[in-house]
Amino acid sequence: MSAARRPILPVILALGLAVALAFLVSDYRLFQLTMVLAYAIAILGLDMLIGYTGQISLGHGAFYAVGAYTAAILMANFDVPYWATLPIAALICAGFGFAFGFPALRLGGLYLALATFALAIAVPQLLKYKAFEAWTGGVQGIVISKPDPPFGLKLSQDQWLYLFTLMVTVVLFLLARNLLRGRIGLAMRAVRDHALAAEAMGVDIALLKTRTFALSAMYTGIAGALGAIAVQFVAPDSFSVLVSITLFVGLVVGGITSLAGAVFGAIFIVFLPNIAENISKAAPGAIYGVILIAFLYLLPMGFAGLRRRVARPGATAQPPAQALTPSPGTPSPGKSAAEIRIKSG
Amino acid sequence: MRGDVETDAALRLRSGPDAAVLLHVAGVTVRFGGVQALAGVSFEVARGQICGLIGPNGSGKTTLFNCISGIYRYGAGRITFDGQDLAAVPRARLAALGIGRTFQNVALFRSMTVRENILVGAHHLGRSGFIANALALPSVAREADAAAARLENFLERLDLASVADVVVARLPFGTQKRVELARALIGGPKLLLLDEPAGGLNHDEVAALADLLRDIRERFALTILLVEHHMNLVMRVSDKVVALEFGTKIADGTPDEVRREPRVIRAYLGDGADASAA
Repeated sequence: MSAARRPILPVILALGLAVALAFLVSDYRLFQLTMVLAYAIAILGLDMLIGYTGQISLGHGAFYAVGAYTAAILMANFDVPYWATLPIAALICAGFGFAFGFPALRLGGLYLALATFALAIAVPQLLKYKAFEAWTGGVQGIVISKPDPPFGLKLSQDQWLYLFTLMVTVVLFLLARNLLRGRIGLAMRAVRDHALAAEAMGVDIALLKTRTFALSAMYTGIAGALGAIAVQFVAPDSFSVLVSITLFVGLVVGGITSLAGAVFGAIFIVFLPNIAENISKAAPGAIYGVILIAFLYLLPMGFAGLRRRVARPGATAQPPAQALTPSPGTPSPGKSAAEIRIKSG
Repeated sequence: MRGDVETDAALRLRSGPDAAVLLHVAGVTVRFGGVQALAGVSFEVARGQICGLIGPNGSGKTTLFNCISGIYRYGAGRITFDGQDLAAVPRARLAALGIGRTFQNVALFRSMTVRENILVGAHHLGRSGFIANALALPSVAREADAAAARLENFLERLDLASVADVVVARLPFGTQKRVELARALIGGPKLLLLDEPAGGLNHDEVAALADLLRDIRERFALTILLVEHHMNLVMRVSDKVVALEFGTKIADGTPDEVRREPRVIRAYLGDGADASAA
């Protein structure tokens, strides 16, 4: 497949640079870069669902929050080491994703977008709920401490956490790359392009979508856990609907169905607010909006689209942009009206 | 690899159940609200046959096609494939059972290349899941190699090797139809369902299609059921023709028999016309 033939050199150079940065920039910058990596994982998770499988979620902030709280609760209340919270957060979020995705994915299209949006609205309030306060800390949230480097390594906490997060990111990206270029990734894209035809080829659409949703929630949950460890604090108000929207922005700006795009998108959403604030202290939101619109105008397919254009000038690769709008020939995965009538008749 | 596919086909011909009938449609009835779309239609397709299903617009042939391919559920009657009742089989299982299909007006995965499109047709031949794929286990590589080898064979056979890495949306319609056929064939179906394969093709392309259908039938020991408006193609390529009108069967026999059947002539061309002129 095409992914296999891509040169490995740029990836190695980027990785080398990423490791070198740990020793070149300030601790505050390293904290920001750690957040970039966490968001890149979350955006990659979202990309599997939206970019590859064509199912829109506006509520992945909810899974990010669940991952973050899982890490914080385990570390603060149960003395679980930070690294061990990641697989637990992964399992919990995958479970949530599966349970939520199973009924929600039957809705499909815009209705799925709304259902996930509702989830994103509900989660911050659930986190404040009195019954859970002993664990969640209610409105106050939970403060956790930054982990020390292991094995007596002479690194600052920020350096270590950045390198640790980088390792996790590399592993997760590698697993995603394997999955997405194989038969499962192909089936995901087939479902996105034409669900009925994919089904005729033997793809179990409901199962594939539900598993993808769970996987996507899992990635986002791990990202949430890493983010919480880096920020050293979780509170309900940190996980408003804005998190979901921000992840979505990162996905679109980075460019869908692209691993590198997820990293670009994460860089964008971490650094753009700072840049906007430097330009205007009074109205950073407006500046943010203007820059965002400018980006979408200049790079309609995101950073990944720009890369594709540079790599193959002339060959305007058919972008999977129509993923977000099902082709007219694609019937909804639900039962057609005709089918229902036949059953009752 | 070509040898393998042919051996598969030869084996299937010899070892199948004794019954000569592959597809059996018995008394299938479908109502849309108050409209009777199909009223107890019955016919059989024997192994290795090319069966044409014809009828004027609204005769119920597409409805029947959709019943066989699992899109519609039928109120009464029975459809059995290779001895198995299809009523209880979910759509996604049909490919593994041995039923491949193409779509009216082509239903390809538009943003994907020819190669990728055809590979999806081999999806049901694979077993590896999310975890095995993510970990790139050796079994996944073996599976992918097997699929890739099959793919090369079909790319060549259907004259698609030169466009293998082109995104399908940019190909001419006739080529897209061949991609769709290759996608259906790579899964190794016993029965191939074709929904108006000649639609949108010009005269020469229809002639080439007729040759291609006969050729793949021989090579892959296929049984083919085609729904088609194009009388010329149906009459040229079919061993057997079933004609529908107003949801009932009005003729069933060899192309010559059906062509001479007065009810078919009336249904298609009005009184006093000669169907062979179509």
